[in-house]
Amino acid sequence: MTGDDMTDDPGGLFRCEGISKAFGDTRVLTDVSFSVGRGEVVALVGENGAGKSTLMNICFGMPSIIETGGYSGQLYLDGQPVRFGSPKEALEAGIGMVHQEFSLIPGFTGTENILLNREPVNRSLLESVFGGRINALDRPRMEERAGTALSKLGVTLDQQTHVSQMPVGNKQFLEIAREIDRSRTRLLVLDEPTAVLAESEASILLEAIRKLAADGLGIIFISHRLREVMELCHKVVVLRDGHKVAEMPTRETSVRQIAAFMVHRDKEEAEEQRVAKDFSAAPTALSVRHLWVDMPGERVDDVNLEIRENEIFGLAGLAGQGKLGIPAGIMGLKPAGGEVDFYGQKLPLNDPRACLAAGLAFVSEDRRGVGLLLAESIQMNIGFTAMQLQKQFLKNYFLFATVDEAALEKNALKYIDELAIKCSGPLQKAGHLSGGNQQKVCLAKAFTLAPRLMFVSEPTRGIDVGAKALVLNALRRYNQELGTTVVVTSSELEELRSVCHRIAVINEGRVAGILPASAPLEHFGLLMSGEEVEPEASAPCGEAVPAEVGA
Amino acid sequence: MGGHKLETFLLNSIIPIIFLGLSAGAIYLSGYSAAYVVQEVFTRLGRNLFLVLALIIPIMAGMGLNFGMVLGAMAGQIALIMVVDWAVIGLPGLLLASIMSVPLAIVFGILAGMVLNRAKGSEMVTSFILGFFAKGVYDLTVLFGMGSIIPVDNPELVLSRGFGIRNAVSLIDTRGALDQMIMLNIEMFGQPIQIPLGTYLVIALFGLLIVWFRRTKLGQDMRAVSQSMPVAQAAGINVDRTRLLAIVISTVLGAFGQLIYLQNMGTLSTYNSHDQAAMYAIAALLVGGASVTRATLVNAVVGVLLFHILFFSAPMAGKAMLGKAEIGEYFRVFIAYGVIAAALVLHAWRRRRSESIALKAAAQNLAARQAGESA
Repeated sequence: MTGDDMTDDPGGLFRCEGISKAFGDTRVLTDVSFSVGRGEVVALVGENGAGKSTLMNICFGMPSIIETGGYSGQLYLDGQPVRFGSPKEALEAGIGMVHQEFSLIPGFTGTENILLNREPVNRSLLESVFGGRINALDRPRMEERAGTALSKLGVTLDQQTHVSQMPVGNKQFLEIAREIDRSRTRLLVLDEPTAVLAESEASILLEAIRKLAADGLGIIFISHRLREVMELCHKVVVLRDGHKVAEMPTRETSVRQIAAFMVHRDKEEAEEQRVAKDFSAAPTALSVRHLWVDMPGERVDDVNLEIRENEIFGLAGLAGQGKLGIPAGIMGLKPAGGEVDFYGQKLPLNDPRACLAAGLAFVSEDRRGVGLLLAESIQMNIGFTAMQLQKQFLKNYFLFATVDEAALEKNALKYIDELAIKCSGPLQKAGHLSGGNQQKVCLAKAFTLAPRLMFVSEPTRGIDVGAKALVLNALRRYNQELGTTVVVTSSELEELRSVCHRIAVINEGRVAGILPASAPLEHFGLLMSGEEVEPEASAPCGEAVPAEVGA
Repeated sequence: MGGHKLETFLLNSIIPIIFLGLSAGAIYLSGYSAAYVVQEVFTRLGRNLFLVLALIIPIMAGMGLNFGMVLGAMAGQIALIMVVDWAVIGLPGLLLASIMSVPLAIVFGILAGMVLNRAKGSEMVTSFILGFFAKGVYDLTVLFGMGSIIPVDNPELVLSRGFGIRNAVSLIDTRGALDQMIMLNIEMFGQPIQIPLGTYLVIALFGLLIVWFRRTKLGQDMRAVSQSMPVAQAAGINVDRTRLLAIVISTVLGAFGQLIYLQNMGTLSTYNSHDQAAMYAIAALLVGGASVTRATLVNAVVGVLLFHILFFSAPMAGKAMLGKAEIGEYFRVFIAYGVIAAALVLHAWRRRRSESIALKAAAQNLAARQAGESA
């Protein structure tokens, strides 16, 4: 492809060749090669788990890579082979990285943050006795250098304001300015820099990145917003399941094509019992209007949904876009606002007990944190919430009640059998179970409540293939047999498409669109990338990745 | 927002305000003359302020209130015992004790710092217990080691059995060495008042040192570490070393502070003098409006003033009110512990409050954005 010409380009600044990486038995990167030239902006795109972060961690010498056995393949900087043993070495070689989460000190000013640990000082004689840290800071020069870095970015902001009082956009600029101030920085890696920005802020940032590239910096731009990629980048590299599946100049491709490359799957894994069922006549079970949820890292801004009785509804979307915030907000585990009606009854927000009492249940993605009492037995875990809320499994005496161990055990045995929970018996401690079996205990706990609607977040995260199928089948069965409405949240699109009737794609805290499970994969890809899909357009999800789909 | 600001100011100054009331009440009840009160204030300011200053730097580094400062006090006392034994008297004696206490305090500080680096997030309770542990080691050293392993011969120091230091050591030769260096005699309310200007000069010098220290690279690193250890670490700041230095500086200053305290008192209560050094200094700093995460020079000065006014007038006030001086004495001890407990509770509560204010603001923001978009 075109990428191969680039590697021989004399202007080639940075090059990865045949990078492979495995964590234990899991291969996360296989033979990935690409290059970045001086003044070139290269986009790196792919779904969650495609290997983008791992690749960047390798380029930056992160300890997480080295501690897990390093990688194979070779990195080149200016044509010279390099291998970084720590982020510090990568920094010294001239690679700057701006991570997704801000690493700023809130009580420091913009200037102080830009120059953190690189402050210019007034040298004094004391230095020879007490070391360099005894020198006083040179405040005027600090302001000057921070100003220079910001002006290279082409932005103006009050660098003397405390970071805690700045809008998010400015924080992102500070992070980049910090890398710019390192005079050695030649390659800048930006991980989702526009993810937290409003549109106007994002366009200023893109302008700044263009300016930096014009000054000769090489830039790797990681983003899920394909429109920005098209607008800003010279070249796009698409990763999928650890393989590079495409590398092409942006002017020769389109948003649709990139999206198709990102989500394309081989045929045989898909197409298993996809249920087409029309629920439009069914009564509304859950109606959500203008929901916002303050969940760090999964913020929800404004979500509107109508979920029908007895349907299995999916919430899809990339990590950090807010899909996990929706159930956590509705169930009262995170501060939320807006209106939620359950069968026409207004559901009080921020009140977990009221939600459970109304007949909702929640299987959290955070099994060990909020899902399980790790030091308690399996039977206690399964029966606990029902005991608290519905007074099940209790023997009542006149003034007090005791736990009905026999009933608890009977209930636990039923689920151990139905869900094939691998354990030594109902009295084994939940903390001793494997991840998949813990997940099954969480499900059993929710089923015991006999809820009318059940939220299940990331039901198959961290569990093996066999357990996955069991968990998904259990969801299907309870949905059919008991008529429970199920809302599944998952990062795995394929999983959602195999179990759900309809799927809402959540992007940037909002519903980007709702598609039937049978909709073509690339439509989901487009919605996740901030694009729109016309409901009637239905391009087939072909085996050869569609070159002609591009508009 | 204006309401919030006023509320925040009142909340931050609630302890000094209460103490202002308590102190005024105690002075009134005690019936002390104005001249007496002024004299006491000047004396106690010189005696205690330095110890309080020693606490500021660990707070800057985010390590909270350094109860481990007693280690510094012990270093000062050990040095002072040796100097008394060698019969170096007056200001030279005090200077020699200061110099000798430095290496001791550095070693103690490094040990304490290493322990606290392994107990990140619970520095206060760890340093508190560390103080108790150090007391045991100190007692052992002074009671059995001195005169046997460590040569101490002066019969006025050593117990009659031949080793171990007496319960009380008279510092008659170093008494007021610093205070008397420049003693300002003025007249106020028709009474002569003495102001120990020499001590004040030393304190002022160290106050300036702290102001300057905040502006150094090390001071900046400490502020960074106090706000976010992961970010500081990622920026290449050696977090553990920075924290260790904060504790070492605090321990050395604690030793100096104890020496200043002792030269003013004139006697060393060998096994008890250090006991309350950290406790009362911490209480005084908190009375001045400092918190676990923020302390200024002003907090230190105001705190020493208010806390010690209450301290010396409470027994007389108790006697005047209830006929018993002990009541007042109990009262002041209970106040010292009470104010520390109150400050810790207030700190936790304030943090929760500012979090909930931030959350409400975020919610309003979101609501405003939604309204703007739907319009």
